[in-house]
Amino acid sequence: MVLAPILRSREEELRGLLASMNEGPGRVNTNNAVIPFSKLENLHFARLLILDDKTTGDVRVYGLQREPYPLYLAFLGDMDGDENRFLNDLVKVAANGLRKLFSCCEKFGANTDLLNWMKEHRKSSIANYVNWPGRTVRRIREEAALKEALESYLNKDSSLRDMSPRGIHAKLAQLINEEKTSGRLRLSDESPTPPGWWIRNLLHLVATPLLVLLLSPLLVVIAPFYLIRLRKLEKTDPELCPAVDQAYTEELSRGEDHYVTNQFSAMGSLKPGLVRLLTTIGVLSTVNYAARHIVRPGRLGRIRTIHFARWVFLDGTKRMIFCSNYDGSVESYMDDFINKTGFGLNAVFGNGIGYPTTNWLVLDGCGDERKYVEFLRRHTLPTQVWYKAYPGLTAIDLERNGRIRKGLEVLSLSDQEASKWVALL
Amino acid sequence: MGRVTMSEFDYADVQGLVRFGYKKMTKASYSLLRVKDVVAARVWLRSAPVTSAVEMNPPPTTALHVAFTAPGLGALGVSESVIAQFSHEFRAGMAQESRSRQLGDVEANAPEHWNWGGPERAPHLVVMFFGEPGPFEAFVQTSKGPSWYDAFETLLCLETSDFGGVEAFGFTDGISQPEIDWNQKRTVPCTQLDYSNIVSLGEFLLGYRNEYGKYTDRPLLDASVELPAAEDAPGKKDLGRNGTYLVMRQLQQDARMFWQFAKQQADGDTAKAEKLAAAMVGRTRAGDPLEPIQEQPIPGIEAKPGQKEQNRFTFDQDPAGSRCPFGTHVRRANPRNTDFPNRPRNVLTKLITMLGFGPKGFRDDLTSSVRFHRIVRRGREYGTQLKPEKALAPAPAGDSNPECGLHFICLNANISRQFEFLQNAWINSTKFSGLTGESDPLLGNRVVIPGCPVTSDFTMQNSGGLRRRVSGMPQFIKVRGGAYFFMPGIKALRYFGQPGTSPGTSLFKPE
Repeated sequence: MVLAPILRSREEELRGLLASMNEGPGRVNTNNAVIPFSKLENLHFARLLILDDKTTGDVRVYGLQREPYPLYLAFLGDMDGDENRFLNDLVKVAANGLRKLFSCCEKFGANTDLLNWMKEHRKSSIANYVNWPGRTVRRIREEAALKEALESYLNKDSSLRDMSPRGIHAKLAQLINEEKTSGRLRLSDESPTPPGWWIRNLLHLVATPLLVLLLSPLLVVIAPFYLIRLRKLEKTDPELCPAVDQAYTEELSRGEDHYVTNQFSAMGSLKPGLVRLLTTIGVLSTVNYAARHIVRPGRLGRIRTIHFARWVFLDGTKRMIFCSNYDGSVESYMDDFINKTGFGLNAVFGNGIGYPTTNWLVLDGCGDERKYVEFLRRHTLPTQVWYKAYPGLTAIDLERNGRIRKGLEVLSLSDQEASKWVALL
Repeated sequence: MGRVTMSEFDYADVQGLVRFGYKKMTKASYSLLRVKDVVAARVWLRSAPVTSAVEMNPPPTTALHVAFTAPGLGALGVSESVIAQFSHEFRAGMAQESRSRQLGDVEANAPEHWNWGGPERAPHLVVMFFGEPGPFEAFVQTSKGPSWYDAFETLLCLETSDFGGVEAFGFTDGISQPEIDWNQKRTVPCTQLDYSNIVSLGEFLLGYRNEYGKYTDRPLLDASVELPAAEDAPGKKDLGRNGTYLVMRQLQQDARMFWQFAKQQADGDTAKAEKLAAAMVGRTRAGDPLEPIQEQPIPGIEAKPGQKEQNRFTFDQDPAGSRCPFGTHVRRANPRNTDFPNRPRNVLTKLITMLGFGPKGFRDDLTSSVRFHRIVRRGREYGTQLKPEKALAPAPAGDSNPECGLHFICLNANISRQFEFLQNAWINSTKFSGLTGESDPLLGNRVVIPGCPVTSDFTMQNSGGLRRRVSGMPQFIKVRGGAYFFMPGIKALRYFGQPGTSPGTSLFKPE
């Protein structure tokens, strides 16, 4: 994520520029003149948004002064491989457009080195979720083409209808091999993960629990005090969940439901105090660790509709932004969250000012659905530009296509395995 | 949290449509009105013969119900600050542009083409008349009374038809309805592991606990007025209590197109066409589900004496969709699933599932728990019936294919979580339950979505082999109108009829 304060005098110009990247509200022109996203072949998702937080006054419920935060422009991308390589590619295809955008930000002049400037304005996340680590855009496209090839073959050849699942599998595997040999279909091997990544990942895998272990005597000692304090805070923290202004809801909706996948960006201030800060860091580090090392690919708890998600601290640790890409409409997204992983939602967002009252960090909270929905809508930001490299495919589609490919690459399946495989088609 | 109320529920303040479908009253018409004269309108509302939900013996032979749109409440003089306490969906209305995208009301279904409810022809209120054929006409006339014509301008009068318990494609309709927990015996919030048809009162009436054990948005007033007290806000009066949101959609059904398509796919074989049509619906024309009726009882599902058992089933024993395809209408409209896949019976297995280490099959846990997404349906057919036998035969020369369809009506306390969710995430979604390239075989609009060039398939899974897929389905059902209404409790309805000068009330705008 690249984050930069906007020059107030240039805000309108910037908004116009961002709007020019779309065909209409919520519908990006993938080949627009500012950033032709479709030329960036390692890019899954991208978004540009103005972090116009309307809730900065919420801190007043804790007797604090509203802070004059700058208005930020945020540019987020989810890409394969290294971020530096991506920034290089980005500069190659969109230097002019980027210069135009960033010239509306502070400390960007005609002679600024674009690449360095972006690197200097990089903001790292505290937690990150990737639906399927290692699944590249190329693989997604190839597997989608595979699915399509199988589909059109199945539509043509009615003889398959009477075959056994194993027979169907064998026949289709043979067909796909022919397609591959003739070059009509490509299923590339994954480029090997760089050893540096493996080492870093292993270190992260081991070091985090080790750190927790080392700190555990201390944690045990402070736990009772922490819990007493947390309970006290939970009982007194005010809720701020008024019905959101109708016009604002409508503005948000204009950018939604144009595709099978939607973007979500939300922002707010954290509850003041050390206990809340430590809770936030602890919970998000756990989420990050679990997402990286523990969860099954394709799932975040029971949720199977999120492609990418991340949490980023802003202005030190005073504010936070959450961005995700999920399948379906915002109502089903919220429904999934409340009913399937309400505990996680409470633990993470319960540290935001105004969140519906939680108990023991994970209980209640979003169970008060009406308050929760208003809370989240109130903190949702319109996303000015949003790009997805494979607009028609949901996370479930990607998983299905991956399973189809994996099954094809197995030479011989048992009857049961073959049945399961054929059911994917 | 759970409450056991010993006394019977007070049905007298609820409009009877919430409790009864009035099957014996085979005549019905819905007057879509605009307020012409607010004073006369209030006079009519004060004395309108609205039917309550009290069970009567003998049952009434006529019934009348009234519901308002948000602009309608405005036209009656209800103040903006009160209207602002109703839900977002109700206030914005069904025809709002982004809502149309969610509901599938685009292209041929778009509000700009609607007969009513679109930007040009938005009703203020609907008055619904029901009656047995004998007394119906007279009842309509006397109910209107002298103030009606001064009060209202009729936008449209929607007539209904009695097709004898089947909908326009010839299938028995209205078999599955939730059982409302009138006496609030249900403990909420809860974790539901077995499918139940009993749903909290607060899912259908405002002012009561819903499936989350919470109360839905509705206006609460300070005024010392003749309204029920708010359960969750001491000292406040509850304008919403005993009221519900009524969703109305006029769905034009092309029976000939539907049956001709089935026949063409079946290479002209009528029996096979019938089978395909049943697969699309999820029931036979007689209403029998494609799943077997289970031995084990389901709470809230009992056949009435003399009636066939047609609703005691779930899809649990059909995880591959080989008996009842995933995409059928009934499976989309009510997947009959619970809070957890595979019903974890102890805390540990529940925790394992919650953390995402439960079942790992491709189709596991794809659909939301159904108890948060139930609706009470009260729709009625309209137009001239074209029976399946006739629809299957080649169209006679010069035949004009008379219009018929459904005036879909459903009741719910949270339009967004109930009707809209159902329509958007289940009925209209091309990605429902791991499918791709198809929406509801009956209701789907078949409109192409960016990146999804195909939306007109229908897939029939087959556990022992390759699925069968029907392609190129046309749009059988077109949306011709629609609106969101608030159907108030009876005290609230009378209150809307009060002149806006009652002291201390904040309900009305100053006149």
